[in-house]
Amino acid sequence: MKDPYEVLGVKKTATDKDIKTAFKQLARKHHPDLHPDDKQAEAIFKDVSGAYDILKDKEKRRRFDAGEIDATGAERPQQQYYRDYAGAGAGPSGTHAGQDGFASNEDLEEFLARAFGGGGGRGRAQGTRKARGSDVSYVLPVTFMDAANGTSRTVTLPDGKTLKVTIPEGAEDRQTLRLKGQGMPGFNGGPTGDAYVELHVEPHRFFERKDDNIHLEVPVTLQEAVLGAQIEVPTISGPVSVKVPKGSSSGTKLRLRDKGIRNRKTKQRGHQLISLKVVLPTGDEPELADFLASWKPKAEQHPRKEMLS
Amino acid sequence: MMMLMDDLIAAIDDLKREDLEVWIQTALVQPDEDAGAPAFTEIECARVQLICTLHYDMDVEVAVLPVILELIDQLHETRHRLRSLSNAVLAQDEDVRAAILAVLGTK
Repeated sequence: MKDPYEVLGVKKTATDKDIKTAFKQLARKHHPDLHPDDKQAEAIFKDVSGAYDILKDKEKRRRFDAGEIDATGAERPQQQYYRDYAGAGAGPSGTHAGQDGFASNEDLEEFLARAFGGGGGRGRAQGTRKARGSDVSYVLPVTFMDAANGTSRTVTLPDGKTLKVTIPEGAEDRQTLRLKGQGMPGFNGGPTGDAYVELHVEPHRFFERKDDNIHLEVPVTLQEAVLGAQIEVPTISGPVSVKVPKGSSSGTKLRLRDKGIRNRKTKQRGHQLISLKVVLPTGDEPELADFLASWKPKAEQHPRKEMLS
Repeated sequence: MMMLMDDLIAAIDDLKREDLEVWIQTALVQPDEDAGAPAFTEIECARVQLICTLHYDMDVEVAVLPVILELIDQLHETRHRLRSLSNAVLAQDEDVRAAILAVLGTK
């Protein structure tokens, strides 16, 4: 056991009053019954009260100073504190505090720590208590294609630590990934917190995602639209060849089966839905203009009829 | 294990019989008197030990003792309820726990 003067933080020359004052202050801070949530309190208070037992007794103090006894003899026998019973289910019901048991387990401590930021008490020194490290949150921007196909990224954090993040295939915007044990370290051997990474999926220039389907507007020339054609179209898994049917209009929809996003649950892929957009030649085309001027369609067209009626 | 008054006074150095008698009269401690002589359960022994520390070592006056003990009892009662509540929450599925944590304004 430690030097009782050191434990109480008083000089060898301290008066009885100094010693009592020191003890009272330490007892107020560390008495287990006054600090029922503080796991260290019992060990500290045992030292403090053992030291006080020697120094408050003139004879014992004299003998300790003379080297006749050492501090060990003054250790109090294992003391039971009121807190060990008052909340723990011993004793008859109806007296004093509530009696039923509570389980003290790590999960509960962890939950309380998360719920109340440090175990339910206020202002306890963090150094004295085993506590789970805090969770940390990051935002990770990912490209549309990385989110669609999945990838693995190494991220360097502000503190220099690197974190390997696996972006699952079909990751959604604002999806949060939990990386267990990648948060802040625990206190006094408590478990490490978790890292939460929120994915922010950047929009794509051409592709647009709706649920598991990819929407894409594909421009076609007048000739391709009128005559039909085999054209190459991008998908999230690379270009594919698509047949444009003869006589397609702007707005004609084509569906590429299973070229969409793979659903996280069903593992089925969505589709890519193509909307054709006919684009006219950009330069001057007098022959086309002449032809259209003299062209009489076989069937007369009234494309705005519905709008105006 | 029950302790009789003499055993308790012998076990706690500072404890004076006349003080203990006052504490019993004022219901600060409530020994079991069914058997004739007052007998102390472990929780009552621990309570007496706590009162001794407060009174003899920390100079808490007799008139103030009930106030402090009442507050300590309330603290234990509240802790007990908090534990029960937390255990109930812990028994829920993760999404329920997360929702509760969210309402508590953490995470």
